[in-house]
Amino acid sequence: MTPAAAASVLGASVVARGWGWRHAGRRGWAVDGLDLRIEPGERVLLLGASGAGKSTLLHALAGVLGGDEEGEQRGQLLVNGAEPTAARGQAGLLLQDPDSQVILARVGDDVAFGCENLGVPREEIWRRVHDALDMVGLHLPLSHPTSALSGGQKQRLALAGVLAMRPGLLLLDEPTANLDPAGVLDVRDSVARVLEHSEATFIVIEHRVAVWQNLVNRVIVLDAAGGVLADGHPDEVLTRQGERLAAAGVWVPGRGSGLASSRGGTHPASAPGSVPLLRTPGLAIARTRTEVIARDIDLTVHAGTALAVTGPNGAGKSTLALTLAGLLKPAGGAVLASPEFAAGADAEPIRWKSRQLLTRIGTVFQSPEHQFVAATVRAELAVGPRALTQPEAAVNARVDEVLQRLRLDHLAEANPFTLSGGEKRRLSVGTVLATQPRLLVLDEPTFGQDLRTWREIVVLLDELLLEGTAVVAVSHDTDFVAALFEREYRLTGQAGPGVTPRAAVSR
Amino acid sequence: MSVLTPARGTQAIFRINPVAKLAAALLLAGVLILTIDWVSAAVALACEFVLFFWAGLSLKAFALRTLPVWIAAPTAGVTTLLYGQAAGAVYWSFGLVNVTEGSLELAIATTLRILAIGLPSVVLFVTVDPTDLADGLAQVVKLPARFVLGGLAGLRLVGLFLEDWRALELARRARGIADHGALRRLLSQAFALLVLSIRRGSKLATAMEARGFGAPVRRTWARPSTFRGCEVALVGIGLAVALLAVGVSVATGSWNCVLT
Repeated sequence: MTPAAAASVLGASVVARGWGWRHAGRRGWAVDGLDLRIEPGERVLLLGASGAGKSTLLHALAGVLGGDEEGEQRGQLLVNGAEPTAARGQAGLLLQDPDSQVILARVGDDVAFGCENLGVPREEIWRRVHDALDMVGLHLPLSHPTSALSGGQKQRLALAGVLAMRPGLLLLDEPTANLDPAGVLDVRDSVARVLEHSEATFIVIEHRVAVWQNLVNRVIVLDAAGGVLADGHPDEVLTRQGERLAAAGVWVPGRGSGLASSRGGTHPASAPGSVPLLRTPGLAIARTRTEVIARDIDLTVHAGTALAVTGPNGAGKSTLALTLAGLLKPAGGAVLASPEFAAGADAEPIRWKSRQLLTRIGTVFQSPEHQFVAATVRAELAVGPRALTQPEAAVNARVDEVLQRLRLDHLAEANPFTLSGGEKRRLSVGTVLATQPRLLVLDEPTFGQDLRTWREIVVLLDELLLEGTAVVAVSHDTDFVAALFEREYRLTGQAGPGVTPRAAVSR
Repeated sequence: MSVLTPARGTQAIFRINPVAKLAAALLLAGVLILTIDWVSAAVALACEFVLFFWAGLSLKAFALRTLPVWIAAPTAGVTTLLYGQAAGAVYWSFGLVNVTEGSLELAIATTLRILAIGLPSVVLFVTVDPTDLADGLAQVVKLPARFVLGGLAGLRLVGLFLEDWRALELARRARGIADHGALRRLLSQAFALLVLSIRRGSKLATAMEARGFGAPVRRTWARPSTFRGCEVALVGIGLAVALLAVGVSVATGSWNCVLT
């Protein structure tokens, strides 16, 4: 998009008068009593505790909330004086999950998709596609397969698709929550470039405030109880409401995580007397049998210590974690459990029975949904203890203990799939803790979590470490790594024979 | 190379509208399915083998892609040979197995027929790009855009389903429930995949709507899909092969229509 072309798009105004929305089948209103006016060209950061209805508002503005069968509306919500559903394409919405936003197989076609739907003439479509890709800095051939893009590239592609529609209202719903740090910067920089050349009104939801703070000139905080909690200049709102926001799970810059750095290296790393659980002489890892991602990995995991696995996307972090956890077969070398840790089982965790893993290695998957197997939270937590054929009374006692420890007791009868993101994460950790494994393997446990859940995870892991549990976690989250981990193993992502991943061991 | 981004080449066959390939394959299959005799199938197969030289596939790719057909055809043939309708001289008999003159002829006809229908279908579709097919179905055949594009976008999720399935499998081992009850676990895993798929599907639908999909304006198409000379020619070739096969079959008196 040339600056001139972009400037021809005028910003849209947003007006809410006593607006509320209730999803079908819910008793409470997701948003209620909202009165708001956003002038054309304003850049707004929308904050609020999870459950305050931020996403609902953005979806409504984009006209994708659905009709009467999806929910019930009251009051009025207008974009440029009209119902949002009446003027599709006026608002462009970028969502959180990169994978669910790629629509077509080739880069050019994907960007063109929105224009086609809006009935833009063919020659004009391709001009816009080139401009939009330029704008987001995605310099790839139009026939490039979208399946070969990284998470950050996929988000920029989706942004290009939105920009090609030339929306007067640009809506971003946590666009960087699922990205690694490099991806976050890519997307942020792309958006910054777009805003420089555009007069579009801009609204972004993000609980990591620092990412967008310098690109917005207004912060609106939604109240979970309905209406607006705070509204004004970013500095003013963040200073005045900082504490309240942090308590609600928003990452306010300059406030830190609110945790005293309890460990951060002060912990006895491999203190005398610390028991080695696993070692990996000459380990090579592979996703499939033929495709070796990294080799010559030599690690030792000690009881009561924390090891972080870091590195760029695609370097094989998850694969390494799953291999250590006895779920994937090593492509070379071995994962060996110490006799004390194996406690009668085979020396190689991959040969253990599924049930033998329970008390030894607990794995928390990146997506909690993958590991849910029961219909209620209580039953979910009981799966492990039952598989160990513990007596019913012991199972119940253990489940109650975990429910309380993870503050899930009020949700005991809820279906795991209906929980919020933070609750799902806590439950997935809980299912593993129920059988008290001596080693905990976690894949991106803080991904997309708000500050509150983040803090809870850190505190919980800290307690477990003090109790002598070993923790191995894959993470992009530098704050998380700094808070808990005394050792970091960095995978560089350069596979191939002879290339040894550099183990950056910091204490 | 995946289903979504198939091989690209410079030969004419790559530029032909997938709708024409679909039409030619359907035409050939439709005619050959009318009769069970070995003459029509043999004639069609002979013509096809000549035409395969222009199919844009190397010998290796051809062998690899058509392997399932090469396995399926003789398997069906042998089954027909052993258990097919008995007629004429009996060559060998053992229990239910009854190899006769009639079943031998039927077996050859079945094998040739599966090859004659299967090989060109595979060969034509190896060079089809799903995006182009969707463009053709919507613009040439005029199927509803909502239906065609929904299907096309959904196809992209197949790769994610495979990843989901793998993660579900590993997670069940990690949860301590992978030692017993394989069938029950498979069912629960299939159900979990279904739930995840519906979620992915609804997210994709939202993303598509956010890009104006289903907007009440007349949709334009960024990629033109046309039906011109070479498309007509391909359908013509398919028709010619079918007619030749029927002609020779009728002339030699071996035409054996399944409808009568």
